[in-house]
Amino acid sequence: MHETAFQIFINTLLANNFVLAMFLGLCPFLGVSGKLNTAFPMGVATTFVMLVASLCAYGLNMLLSAFHLEFLRLIAYIVIIASTVQLVEMVMKKYSPALFRALGIYLPLITTNCAVLGVALFQTARDYDFVQSITFAIGGGLGFTLALVLMASVRERLQLSNVITLAEGTALSLMLAGILSLSFMGFAGLGG
Amino acid sequence: MSAKHPTTEQAPPATPTWAMIRTLGLVAGICGLVIVGSYQGTYDAVAANKRIAMERAVFKVVPAARSINAYYALEGGGVAKAEGEAPAGAVNFFAGYDETGKLVGVAAEGVAKGYADAVRIMFGYDPDCGCVRNIGVVAMRETPGIGDKIAKDKEFLANFEKLDAQLNAGMSALAHEIVTVKHGSKTDAWQVDAIAGATITSRAVGRAINDAAQALLPKLVPHLDKIKDKS
Amino acid sequence: MTPSTTAKWDEFMEGIWKQNPIFVMVLGMCPALAVTVSAVNAISMGIATTFVLTCSCLLVSLMRKMVPKEVRIATYIVIIATFVTAVDYFIQAISLALYDALGAFIQLIVVNCIILGRAEAHASRNPPLVAVSNALGMGAGFTIGLFALGSVREILGNGTLFGFSLFGEHFQPWVIMVLPPGGFFVLGAWLLLFAWFERRKQAIKEAGQHA
Repeated sequence: MHETAFQIFINTLLANNFVLAMFLGLCPFLGVSGKLNTAFPMGVATTFVMLVASLCAYGLNMLLSAFHLEFLRLIAYIVIIASTVQLVEMVMKKYSPALFRALGIYLPLITTNCAVLGVALFQTARDYDFVQSITFAIGGGLGFTLALVLMASVRERLQLSNVITLAEGTALSLMLAGILSLSFMGFAGLGG
Repeated sequence: MSAKHPTTEQAPPATPTWAMIRTLGLVAGICGLVIVGSYQGTYDAVAANKRIAMERAVFKVVPAARSINAYYALEGGGVAKAEGEAPAGAVNFFAGYDETGKLVGVAAEGVAKGYADAVRIMFGYDPDCGCVRNIGVVAMRETPGIGDKIAKDKEFLANFEKLDAQLNAGMSALAHEIVTVKHGSKTDAWQVDAIAGATITSRAVGRAINDAAQALLPKLVPHLDKIKDKS
Repeated sequence: MTPSTTAKWDEFMEGIWKQNPIFVMVLGMCPALAVTVSAVNAISMGIATTFVLTCSCLLVSLMRKMVPKEVRIATYIVIIATFVTAVDYFIQAISLALYDALGAFIQLIVVNCIILGRAEAHASRNPPLVAVSNALGMGAGFTIGLFALGSVREILGNGTLFGFSLFGEHFQPWVIMVLPPGGFFVLGAWLLLFAWFERRKQAIKEAGQHA
């Protein structure tokens, strides 16, 4: 099966959006989507970590396959994701304090964002090559950001409107996510 | 997903390094034992499960077969028994034999991107008429009630009663590419009539078969006599 | 019952009702929505998660006195990943069809925040038996939650329960319920129902106080 990088990008960004179609990364999606000015940095930070994790997972998988140690894959991925996040945090703090101030508080949260591990696992399961893996990670991250920003915009407006008190909170967010997910289904088939 | 992360640690009493290393070493040891144990313990059952699933799929698309052999069609032409690692460029396929050990059909797997994820198709190839005879869905995540019709829709499956897959004169590729056409516009024997409303999934089926047939048949058909009888 | 067994029973019930991971804490949403297209998938996922949760909590609890706090998260993650890998192989050995249906979400149990949360907040501070009862309760609560989602989605979206047809062949399935949006809608509806119950209970209590 061959997919061009462009197809992968469009598919992960829209048709198979990580949050709205594949249910990855729902905790931050429901937790951090209250305000637009936190949702966007969170999305960018996640995209960045996904890219780094995808690169590491690609290299690690080559190494594990070479030694026939596939049964250690999961444990290796999760450890490498956790440690790269810490490393990224430290490097960022040292060389770009401004960026660290903007994204820093979100980094620890991202370690256990299942979208990040999801990128690593799916790219392995689908045998993506290097370029495909990178586009998959970027598309997935931007898709996550898009979903987060859309959700935050809707929720900001919702605060000004009259809602039945019973539905306030998570139940309403879930219904909203359902409607967003329904509209994203319209993108199906876009990436060929 | 988020987890409670240690962000606030007020002046912890320094832990000796050896304690950390001891703990991590112990954990690594226990975990290593658990993983290797469960891998070894389930290895045979997993392999048996995979074999059964594969055989079931092959028997479905080559119904006349009573026994199956797995082969590789080699890069430069020719076939070899599927044992150990596949040589570079080789294509995996299965040959089905009847009670007397005569070749009744060949089965191979194709894969293409569908609506949601990869669609894996097993198809049967009949060497006598040079055509694709039956298909079975090995794995898919297509929309229930729409895309997943490819597994059951009678009208769609009728496409694969005798789908033309003849090779061209030079035996380098299929004479006609297998293509999926819009519902109701099938004119030739190498076309697949799509399901109305599920064009993307139908197209994936056509592409999966075409890609796999283009890769396999030019290597296999000139050497069919080598696997004619069960060895 | 002796006081200690009652305490363990309370620990067990905690996860099923008062702190139900899905309906009350709203944790572990990814597998909860992704695999609940049928009741069988939901229960299998619940059992797999319960297994990982219980084993990890037992090990964490046994080692609680010797894990320095600098490396505790790393230790917990390695322990959890180990048991998830084991479950991954067990499911492959039991049924490949089930393995394909659950897909990557078996391996994604690793990042289910319920497990790390329980290991960190409960198992690392309690003796093994208490930790295990709490973990079993949480796992059972999670399984019940998944089953509530999975059965509703299967009945509405497919007209079946555990694969048996309920309404005969003239039933027109509400397909959207087994598609991604349906997951959000059904969980939202369950949460609404629970909120309504909670409010009614409160109202009755207040009425009782007034009278």
